[in-house]
Amino acid sequence: MAKTMQGDSPGLGAKLAQLNDTVQGSQAWSSIFRPGSIFRKGYSDSPRNRSYVIMNSVLYHLHPVKVKRHAVKVSYTLCLGGLSFFLFILLTVTGIFLMFFYRPTATQAWDDIYTLQTAVTFGLLVRNMHRWAAHLMVISVFLHMARVFYHGAYKAPREFNWVIGVILLTLTLLLSFTGYLLPWDQLALWAVTVGTNMIGYTPVFGSQVRFVLLGGAEIGTDTLLRWYVLHVLFFPFVIVIFMAIHFWRVRKDGGISGPL
Amino acid sequence: MTEIPEHLLKRAQAAKDKAAAKAAEGADAPEAAAPAGEAGDSRIPASLLERSKAAKARKAGGAAASADAPAPGGGVATAAGAAPAVASAGPPLAAGPGGHTQRLLTVVKSGSIQDVKAKPQDKVHVWPHLLVLEFVAALFVLAFTTIFSIFVNAPLLELANVNKTPNPSKAPWYFLGLQELLQMMHPMVAGVTIPGMGIFLLILAPYVDRNPSNKPEDRKFAISLMTVHLMFWSVLVMIGSFFRGRGFNFALPWRDGIYFDL
Repeated sequence: MAKTMQGDSPGLGAKLAQLNDTVQGSQAWSSIFRPGSIFRKGYSDSPRNRSYVIMNSVLYHLHPVKVKRHAVKVSYTLCLGGLSFFLFILLTVTGIFLMFFYRPTATQAWDDIYTLQTAVTFGLLVRNMHRWAAHLMVISVFLHMARVFYHGAYKAPREFNWVIGVILLTLTLLLSFTGYLLPWDQLALWAVTVGTNMIGYTPVFGSQVRFVLLGGAEIGTDTLLRWYVLHVLFFPFVIVIFMAIHFWRVRKDGGISGPL
Repeated sequence: MTEIPEHLLKRAQAAKDKAAAKAAEGADAPEAAAPAGEAGDSRIPASLLERSKAAKARKAGGAAASADAPAPGGGVATAAGAAPAVASAGPPLAAGPGGHTQRLLTVVKSGSIQDVKAKPQDKVHVWPHLLVLEFVAALFVLAFTTIFSIFVNAPLLELANVNKTPNPSKAPWYFLGLQELLQMMHPMVAGVTIPGMGIFLLILAPYVDRNPSNKPEDRKFAISLMTVHLMFWSVLVMIGSFFRGRGFNFALPWRDGIYFDL
């Protein structure tokens, strides 16, 4: 940009270039970006700089500098694992927005959702996105599991990461199911009634588990508060821990499984 | 005894015929064939052969002219230079047949003495190859979700009412397979035992499946088993979602309407 402006008015261009140098030479700037970061020394396409992009950014926690060539083929992974993670992030962002307008009590919950949809800017859109992204995430996690199975990617040394993956699938279903109650409409109430009645049939401690989950014998305002806390704090907290272990193991077990 | 495939027999016959033809040709013109074969078979370029022949001739001439003079070339050549000097009196005692002063003891493959653990792999940089792909995929899903959300609203039915049971009452779609099973079996079996066993077996899969191969052709049983289960599950979810109407009785969606909310 500085270059094109130089043609029109050299004074301004030079000033901008000088400003750029001042900012990038400042202590604040160099404290933010690590030595070798492309934001310190600029980026020109070279193998070394391609490595630096990963090595000197927080992405290094997620990705190695290089991956096997077949690992970047879309037809192999269909991006399903990464998209599940992206949907989780999208759900977190939209979910935080929804939390600003929602009170988990039987008298206020439905009204809050209705107000959100009718009186809050983008309220309806964000609620829709949260709902559809949630269904998409269930589908993508499920398809990811099927993909991994069909590629035999659960075999040694990746057995334990498969176990973590099954736990993540279960947690995804639980997150979706706990969120299902929160709008407190007829659909939510009776879908959850059907679901929790099944839990009640667990042998030995079924009715106790159901009682603890519902906060009583029937679904009511206590259930709403419990499921709200489970949905916005407990399960996200647990699933983030398991996701961290999952991603870490993907790399430690040698990246994604080899070509067939 | 196994039968030899016809095409292999044909190939063998063709090779025999070719060899016979060559032998006949060689018998006709042995002198012409020999040098041609030598030049054709040798992997050493003709120019190098010429050079070494010339050097040998020069050396032999040099040795005859001045028997004690050191061979020209110095350094490396001095050891070799001694040989022709002695050669006039016959091969040295340590030399093998053909005048070689060294011989091949054995061939050791590199793998048996050096254990190379890291095999070189074909790799690409994560930036830009993987990151660009992930970014595009994420952007695509974000765009899809946004556009879909603009046009399709999430359901919000009337306020929850404990005293008014909707007909039919359905669980969320991913549990509709279980609800479908609930119609046929005791709730403890359909609602607890079967899903519990399902998750447990999924967790056990890598420990039960001892087959180390990940090639589809080696895993026909595992793949069939998984496919049957996935199909069974999807069909149950489909039936529960679209083919169950009032009283959770069987209904045809095109005749009785769809009783399904996401």
